[in-house]
Amino acid sequence: MADSMDGAYAGNAPLLPQAGWRRPAWVLAALLVVLALSQWPALRQAPLAKHLLTWSPALLLGMLANIQISVLAMLIGTLAGLVIGALQLSGLRVVRVLTHCYVQTFRNAPMLILIYFSTYVFPFEIHVGAHYVAFPDWLKVTLGLALPASANVAEIFRGAILSIPAAQWEAASSLAFRRTQLLRWIILPQCLRRMLPPWMNLYAGITMGTALASLVGVHDLLDTAQIASTTVNRVDFTVAIYFTTLLLFFVYCYPISRYTHYLERKYAFT
Amino acid sequence: MPLPESRPDAAAPLVALRDVHLAFGRNAVLKGINLEVRRGQAVSIIGPSGSGKSTILRCITGLLKPHSGEIFLDGIDVRALKSERELIDLRKRVGFVFQQYNLFPHLTVLENLVIAPTRILGRDAAAARREAHALLDRVKLSGKAAAYPGELSGGQQQRVAIARALAMQPELILFDEVTSALDPETVGEVLTVIRELVQDGMTCVLVTHEMRFAEEVSDEVYFTEAGLIVERGAAHKIFSDPDSERTRSFLTRAVNGESDGRRQARNSFSPITFDRLKFSI
Repeated sequence: MADSMDGAYAGNAPLLPQAGWRRPAWVLAALLVVLALSQWPALRQAPLAKHLLTWSPALLLGMLANIQISVLAMLIGTLAGLVIGALQLSGLRVVRVLTHCYVQTFRNAPMLILIYFSTYVFPFEIHVGAHYVAFPDWLKVTLGLALPASANVAEIFRGAILSIPAAQWEAASSLAFRRTQLLRWIILPQCLRRMLPPWMNLYAGITMGTALASLVGVHDLLDTAQIASTTVNRVDFTVAIYFTTLLLFFVYCYPISRYTHYLERKYAFT
Repeated sequence: MPLPESRPDAAAPLVALRDVHLAFGRNAVLKGINLEVRRGQAVSIIGPSGSGKSTILRCITGLLKPHSGEIFLDGIDVRALKSERELIDLRKRVGFVFQQYNLFPHLTVLENLVIAPTRILGRDAAAARREAHALLDRVKLSGKAAAYPGELSGGQQQRVAIARALAMQPELILFDEVTSALDPETVGEVLTVIRELVQDGMTCVLVTHEMRFAEEVSDEVYFTEAGLIVERGAAHKIFSDPDSERTRSFLTRAVNGESDGRRQARNSFSPITFDRLKFSI
């Protein structure tokens, strides 16, 4: 047993890339730097740098909108997804079929369509008693992104629970665990570890999806970049600002993907 | 729900199965099993693979429900237990050790031993930890309390699994082919632990392919084949002079080919090793 485990370690070790520069992400990063450097003569020209400096606070504020939407969408999506994922394993066939339909519908729908859907289906304000509560576009986009997030979280959760071997249920049952105790102490802790990497992947995907918010008029990073581009109206500035936009997303999403990768490797052997 | 008072009647068997039948779909696994285990006895169930040995153990602890027949554990009708609560009360009294150890991979060795006594029996955490350390000493793994199951050898994991069952202070322990998944070198260390348990008077039911061990430790041996008890009797009688021709030919092959059988067991284990690795990913 010990030998076979050691064998697995030894066998897998060379597969883990030792040279970081081989990884596509690093290539992309290097490419971005090279491109930025190739633009350096243009960048050095005072007007361009000045424009970029002028617009950078607005860009960062726009990025904050993206982060806000992604975090909230993921929060709603996770809470809903855990409930739906649990219902997918329900003993009632009706519940299973309904949740299955929900998951398949929203997992296989393009995010942009869901964003349009939520933007035009929900009212722009809600009548609560004597008050009108505004229902802003960014919140609608958040809900639009929470739909696919919830469907994906449900699937991740269901998959994680099913991936726990039946022997674990049997072992815990034989130790007199009740079903709820078994889930709480044995199954869910093991699920959490397995869910974390795909969950973070999903978050990175949702974050990138927030760029679509600009299409329905949410004032986010991409929208700010577009405004900046038309306002300044210089070709080099347009190129530079879209690079900056790309870079901002990259700087935010890349560490998440790296950390996910790290977690995947870490939990592979524990 | 309080279970009926356990009767100190030494004559009454702790476990009694009468004419137990069980089928998976159309595949009849148990076709009328009769079995009795008295307090303090070690009973071995031997027989070819697929003869329903492990199924018998699972019926005793209520993991499987037979279709007909009676199962009594200390006078409690196991088949009549309907609610989760009643089954839980039963399982608190019966330990189970699996072929594949089935330790909880996300918990350390110590946590594996402590979780059930504290969470299920509500014992004091410090006392449970002390007891767990004592049990680890007993299975000679005192240095491994902080290790995770994945870091241990098969034999070590199986000893942890035995300690985990003991931590619940059961009246009866069921061993389901606990050495079949082990390397030959580590079988001995597990058997030593079981031997000591039997000597300490723990009531044990062993499903095993270790014929020499079964002969050595058992008070009584049952030979099963195709869902039926072919023969039962005192260990020395079964192994030296069985009544049934079937038993005789099985034992001749099993004892002579023990090393062969062992190798086979190892081979059959290799896909499971893979499974266990996959499960930790």
